Amino acid sequence: MSAKPSPKTVEIHIRRRANPDSPQYWEQFEIPYRPNLNIISCLMEIQKNPVTKAGERTTPPVWQMNCLEQVCGICTMVINGRVRQSCSALIDNLEQPIKLEPMSKFPNVRDLVVDRSQMFDHLRRVHAWVELDGTHDLGPGPRMDQDDVQERYAYSRCMTCGCCLEACPQYEGNNYIGPQAIAQVRLFNMHPSGAMNRTERLEGIMGEDGITNCGNAQNCVKACPMNIPLTRAIYEENRETVIHGLLGWLKG
Amino acid sequence: MASNGLKIAIVGGGLAGLAAAMKIAEAGHAVDLFSVVPVKRSHSVCAQGGINGAVNTKGEGDSTWEHFDDTVYGGDFLTDQPPAKAMCEMAPSIIYLFDRMGVPFSRTPEGLLDFRRFGGTKHHRTAFAGASTGQQLLYALDEQVRRYEVNGKVRKFEHWEMMSLVLDEHQVCRGLIAMDLQTLELKAFPADAVIMATGGPGLIFGKSTNSMVCTGSAVSACYQQGARYANGEFIQVHPTSIPGEDKLRLMSESARGEGGRVWVPRKEGDVRPPSTIPENERWYFLEDKYPAYGNLVPRDIATREIFQVCIEGKGVGGQNQVYLDLTHIPAETLDRKLGAILEIYEMFVGDDPRHVPMRIFPGVHYSMGGLWVDYNQRTNIPGLLAAGECDFSIHGANRLGANSLVSCVYGGFIAAPAAIEYAKNVERNGADGSRVYDQELKMQQEINDKLIKQSGTENQYVLHQEMGKWMTDNVTVVRYNDKLKATDNKLLELMDRYKHISINDSNLWATMALPHARHLANMLELARVITLGALNRNESRGAHYKPEFPDRDDENFLKTTIAEYSGEGPVFSYEPVDISLIKPRKRDYSKAKKN
Repeated sequence: MSAKPSPKTVEIHIRRRANPDSPQYWEQFEIPYRPNLNIISCLMEIQKNPVTKAGERTTPPVWQMNCLEQVCGICTMVINGRVRQSCSALIDNLEQPIKLEPMSKFPNVRDLVVDRSQMFDHLRRVHAWVELDGTHDLGPGPRMDQDDVQERYAYSRCMTCGCCLEACPQYEGNNYIGPQAIAQVRLFNMHPSGAMNRTERLEGIMGEDGITNCGNAQNCVKACPMNIPLTRAIYEENRETVIHGLLGWLKG
Repeated sequence: MASNGLKIAIVGGGLAGLAAAMKIAEAGHAVDLFSVVPVKRSHSVCAQGGINGAVNTKGEGDSTWEHFDDTVYGGDFLTDQPPAKAMCEMAPSIIYLFDRMGVPFSRTPEGLLDFRRFGGTKHHRTAFAGASTGQQLLYALDEQVRRYEVNGKVRKFEHWEMMSLVLDEHQVCRGLIAMDLQTLELKAFPADAVIMATGGPGLIFGKSTNSMVCTGSAVSACYQQGARYANGEFIQVHPTSIPGEDKLRLMSESARGEGGRVWVPRKEGDVRPPSTIPENERWYFLEDKYPAYGNLVPRDIATREIFQVCIEGKGVGGQNQVYLDLTHIPAETLDRKLGAILEIYEMFVGDDPRHVPMRIFPGVHYSMGGLWVDYNQRTNIPGLLAAGECDFSIHGANRLGANSLVSCVYGGFIAAPAAIEYAKNVERNGADGSRVYDQELKMQQEINDKLIKQSGTENQYVLHQEMGKWMTDNVTVVRYNDKLKATDNKLLELMDRYKHISINDSNLWATMALPHARHLANMLELARVITLGALNRNESRGAHYKPEFPDRDDENFLKTTIAEYSGEGPVFSYEPVDISLIKPRKRDYSKAKKN
């Protein structure tokens, strides 16, 4: 970092909404600068005493937060035009005034809060789990090569934050199953026991809103905070679905 | 509804809650699962290092008994031993089950599960998935519970918060009242049994390694309705966290498990970059003082040593920080085994721990205390069970690293059949069954209405900050009776000022203010339990350390602290600890442990 003089204040503009039926509007806030602030600590500061930059009392902005270590995914928002987690967005690395907006691809509940339940619906649809015979003691799982484990681990770190869907130019109004669910199909189809149900999963991503909606913009992989190889998952699963479709056609 | 009509409510969707939900749904019964956040975002995701189980794949002669002995010894003998033994015996099968669910555990060259070292043991006993084991285990259970959600056994109430239990005139738990966090609507949910699985109360200390949902609020509500709270004073302060403005971020013990070394420059106020300080001018104080376990002494000991070094002005740059050094380990090994935590450090501090030693300091991390439960996870309130960090069992006066994930799952696996068994045999409500729900609903609504209406000059967030500072300063690593007394007085003052807060949000839709105000009231009650429990315990044991009483005093304090709520504050009593399997002996980590 260069020895830029530290600013005295942090100016934050927040795109707000009182409830789903009311319009969005912008509000400006200014708080004293301290080193090592992140977006969350700024929002906490504003919440304590919600007064706008112009000195007017307002309602405290509402946002979601939990782990603050970029591992739960809940605090995702659009910061200076880029979708990311607000806990790991450090003020010292951001251009001021900082603009905070809710994600645009999901229903906006209030202020910076959105409802991402459609992402969990997608996980249900693609059967993102291993079908266990039961939870009773049946000994260890299959032996696995560390290289395969490492590839699966990369997919398994997905925290369902929604960055990939926000960045995807194809995704709009829940019209496409999207990269996160496709990567979960990859995760479970790679597992020896998971692969036994690969057909169900492939069919989950083959409908009208399925994998063929991908326009190959490759925004998802750039937006993913966990560096998940999403485009690789899409490539692999696309291949799998084509073969599966072809075999089905040959058999039919 | 399930065929035989049993319905179990579970509060909390972390590892313990999901483990219980999976077992109950598998047995064919219905589950209502309540969580303030989508369950996949629960605090269990923050667990990093791994999960313990004596699988002995390294041929070190490890055994479940050795795991049990390490657990009890590490907990300074305050553990009721039978459930700890049962947990250690179940641990290998728990790890295998997660393996079957597809958790990407790290592997040996033969493709077997790999295990690493952790604190308080000489064995490689910790299975791990990179350095995000908690996240991986939570996701596996989340996936399995989603499967039961699809087939209708589990109903999730996410963004709903439990406000109170519904108790009938015989103090039997009949369900709970929960609040929709968007509409603030309160609703009664009848259940044949309720399992609490809400995790720890770290937010009482303001900043901790805990997630923001870890207020202990729901557990405090149970306590105020008659549930006994045990060993509240035992709060684990993790030796290695990264201080931050909004929270203290955990730096996993696995960093030391993989060879990380803790040190400070021998010369006080040495400002040279750490890499330029020669080996003989570094003080590896843990290795020095505890040759047998070195950097892998249990957490309470590592924390006190780091704290002491800093108090004496020997911290790096004279500040409250010491080095946690991984730079001698090849970067490739670090990436494979610790990648996730190194990324966290890099992201929030800016330095690359592969090349620059990390600067760390202890931070509040875990509550050994919690709701009192019997060996079947049942609280003293009939129909109310508890599992995971929110119950007091297993860990005694100090929890060993990587024992929390296994205790969460164990607790959930025991609570589930115990809840079913209870529910099968409980007498159902009589004709006026709905009355108890209406009464409790009305009472909770009145509390909300009053908070919304009242106007005063106090700020709820300022009160929370003051509580956190007092608790952190006086009720963590080193405890003095005069300061504990002063802290309790402060808490009483805060409770009084709480009556004069006003909710600073005129828009009640999805507001954060009202739920926080409810948490704050509950946190203050629990803060008194922790503080007074510490004041009353005049000895030093595990995480509880008083310089005025530096030794463990088995004669007077080999006892479980029990707090019961009264209008005038907690009422304390003591119960014997079940030491039927291993006779207490002195802890000494400078020497190898003898069984």
